[in-house]
Amino acid sequence: MRIRFDKLGVLIAILLGLGTLLAPFATFRANRIVPGSPRSILESLPPIWGTALLIALGVAAVLAILKTSAAARLAVAALGLLALMLLIGTAGSFLTPEGNTYARVSPASGFWTLLFAFLLLAADAITRMKPKPTVRVLLLGVTLGALAAILASGRWDALSLLKEYSGRADVFWNEAAKHVTLAIGSLVAAVVVGLPLGILCHRVRPLRAGVLNVLNLIQTIPSIALFGILIAPLGWIAVNVPGAYAIGVRGIGAAPAFVALFLYSLLPVVANTVVGLAGVPREANEAARGIGMTGAQRLLRVEFPLALPVILTGIRIVLVQNIGLATIAALIGGGGFGVFVFQGIGQTAMDLVLLGAVPTVLLAFAAAIILDALIEINAPLNRAGRTA
Amino acid sequence: MTVSPTTADRAAARPRARAWIPLALRALLLGTLLTFLVAPSIFEPILKPLVQDNAPAIYNQGSLFTLTLLHLRIVAIATTAAILVAVTLAILVTRPFGAEFLALSRSLVNVGQTFPPVAVLALSVPALGFGEKPTLVALFLYGLLPIFENTLTALTTLPPAVMEAARGAGMTDRQRLFRVELPLAAPVILAGIRLSITVSLATATIGSTVAARTLGEVIIAGLQSNNLAFILQGGLIVGALAVLIYDGLSALEARLRRRAGL
Amino acid sequence: MIEIDGITKRYGDNIVVNNVTMTINPRTVTVIVGTSGSGKTTLLRMINRLVEPTSGTIRLDGEDNRAVPGFELRRRIGYAIQGHGLFPHRTVAENIATVPVLLGWETGRIKAKVAELLALFQLDPETFADRFPHELSGGQQQRVGVARALAAEPNVLLMDEPFGALDPIIRAKAQEDLLAIQRLLGTTIILVTHDMEEAFYLADRIAVMDKGELVQYGPPAELVERPATDFVETLIGATERPFRMLSIETAGAAVEPGDAQGAAIAAATTQRDALAELLWSGRDAAPIIGADGQPIGRITLDGLVRRAARRR
Repeated sequence: MRIRFDKLGVLIAILLGLGTLLAPFATFRANRIVPGSPRSILESLPPIWGTALLIALGVAAVLAILKTSAAARLAVAALGLLALMLLIGTAGSFLTPEGNTYARVSPASGFWTLLFAFLLLAADAITRMKPKPTVRVLLLGVTLGALAAILASGRWDALSLLKEYSGRADVFWNEAAKHVTLAIGSLVAAVVVGLPLGILCHRVRPLRAGVLNVLNLIQTIPSIALFGILIAPLGWIAVNVPGAYAIGVRGIGAAPAFVALFLYSLLPVVANTVVGLAGVPREANEAARGIGMTGAQRLLRVEFPLALPVILTGIRIVLVQNIGLATIAALIGGGGFGVFVFQGIGQTAMDLVLLGAVPTVLLAFAAAIILDALIEINAPLNRAGRTA
Repeated sequence: MTVSPTTADRAAARPRARAWIPLALRALLLGTLLTFLVAPSIFEPILKPLVQDNAPAIYNQGSLFTLTLLHLRIVAIATTAAILVAVTLAILVTRPFGAEFLALSRSLVNVGQTFPPVAVLALSVPALGFGEKPTLVALFLYGLLPIFENTLTALTTLPPAVMEAARGAGMTDRQRLFRVELPLAAPVILAGIRLSITVSLATATIGSTVAARTLGEVIIAGLQSNNLAFILQGGLIVGALAVLIYDGLSALEARLRRRAGL
Repeated sequence: MIEIDGITKRYGDNIVVNNVTMTINPRTVTVIVGTSGSGKTTLLRMINRLVEPTSGTIRLDGEDNRAVPGFELRRRIGYAIQGHGLFPHRTVAENIATVPVLLGWETGRIKAKVAELLALFQLDPETFADRFPHELSGGQQQRVGVARALAAEPNVLLMDEPFGALDPIIRAKAQEDLLAIQRLLGTTIILVTHDMEEAFYLADRIAVMDKGELVQYGPPAELVERPATDFVETLIGATERPFRMLSIETAGAAVEPGDAQGAAIAAATTQRDALAELLWSGRDAAPIIGADGQPIGRITLDGLVRRAARRR
């Protein structure tokens, strides 16, 4: 049989080659803020492991180039990712001199290139396998579980990112909780207000254009400005409205961030509710009327279930967007992962930036996969298009 | 049967009767924006009540006009690059040669859109240092996605009968692309560009946290000195720019749509 | 002349067109019929190489159709499809000018050709040239589609269910117009349809495709009298046979000397329609008038009944 080549595989092999041969695997710095010096794979790892990794990468490149089944490619990608993850930890302890607490070892461009190459291979394999939503969530769970296991095992403790973390573990979880509360809390508030507002806009046609235009306008105000603008009115309310201070209303901190995220969230929720309800087939509605359902029954038993996938799509947009925007809250003292990002930028300490950015990306990514699965389960026949 | 022009015109004339209202509002917005940028001191009395006694009501650490131009410049450069790359990539994966990459590129776009702009910005600082560069890269990467997604959608949902006719008429692949596919896809591509620019205008303000010179400077100065007037003027200028550009592109898109008979 | 010689198309293990050989005479109308999935459209699309055959050759006037690049070949062959496929972003005139522009004709010649075709298809150039396709009715769009296919004066016109999207009344008119234009220009037309009425009305010769095979190829009368397979017989319909025979030829071909009473029938009417007229008006015979309106004889019920019967 003729050997067939895979075009994407060639690209992945090139990336693997570049990541292995031309870019450093790890960076070593004598302390937290001095410029680092690059270390290749063989320099960063004990000889046995370095050689083994080089051979493994070569084999992976060959396997990627050949046309093989998607499952086989996924297996190669998973093993490659696992090897990279474990060995970067090894590099950390190998490069750090015994007892030196100032030295910092971090993954360098070669590592990130290799990581990207394997992620690309995995994404391609998963795309070709077209897994069911439950399987996708399962894959996500396995991946996050593996990450958690590596973290818990202490294998990465010698890496600079984890050193940044260990210094502020309490703060980290505190900010994580604030970040999730901000993102999800504002989403819940937006759904509680937006859903009835959307239904109202659907029923009362003249309201629709006005409400949607106002919500659209809010979206054009940049997030840092909206956060800032809300400081004054909320500060005023905290001082002048009895009881407001007691329930947590403040001029700075989490309250304006919460309100800003809530305002941004309204448009996708309201717009998708309107679109979803408008998309309910006339016949379904007519049939519901024909068998004698009241207006409320129709809404709950016919219109709402049929519009649900589109509404869920709106919620997915909001959640992913909020997880990202919540980082901005740090600028007005609202907490969240943004605290590390902006502190890191301020101190030019990139590991600190990563400590804030990586969990944010993981969180957004996980939220997207879970909600996409939910949407697909709720719309088994016709995958709903994204609106707003 | 022919379309009678008289009935069509009459139907179109009715909404046109009040069409001047939004147009006038936009002109007013543009006028106010330009006046504010050229002679901000005129507006001082309005903004004065927002600040404490001695604080300045108008941004005084640089010209608002210059900052606006710099802001627009960053967005323009990033968006132009994003358009070129996104449209080229979308064309490549919809050709027979790149078909293998089509499904993957779709899922990559899906994944890419979950990356928060701040994270993209922060993550490009290690590679590029502070200043304009990381902002440009973040805006470019983030701007790619909506344009790529829309171009892909447009190029893969062209009416099959039209494509068949183009082939049957003896157009080469290149002639088909430039004379039929791209003109028909133009309105949808433009919608992607519009989305991309709106997001970029807002995201560029965050660039000021890594020392890029944009209108974000005004807002951040306001946050640091607790000056509500600064925050408000920075935010409203960006908002006004976004509204005007969004509207302009929407109008252009509607024109293209009509021209394309869609 | 178009010679199709042992042409086969397979996709993997699936044979769509199997070893078809047929010759199409110039200036005739050949209709390819068959059920959906019979390979008729694939066969048509191999003539202008929208589909490349797996094996076999097709010659146009003796020249192998692979002698030039596919796109150049297609510029020489007219192509009209169901749902017209007009370019929605171009005006009627620009649509018609598509192939002449590709061929690099000069502007004056293109303009003249567009005006000529619009007039030929009964579309006033003043009114229609600058309209966009979505501003036309279905029938008008279809006419522009055929005009576009004929713009570069091709010798051969391929049509894939060109009238499929039209309602019955407009379709009948479109078929009539097509025959008139074919006679005027002398174009060789190969048309694919699944509508047997249409096939019998238009065809000089009919090719019947079944599961990728060409099962019969001949004049319409031959199909009715001597169906090659059960499939052809089913396709024609046993109870339709006498009427199919009558719908092949015009009343003019059945004219007998003599005189008759009542309203006259035009010589161009099909014999089938003439029979219907006689039956409905309760007459044994009717006068026939030629294209100039002058009587040329009469048509009789007996004569038509004889023509409808199987020939020995």
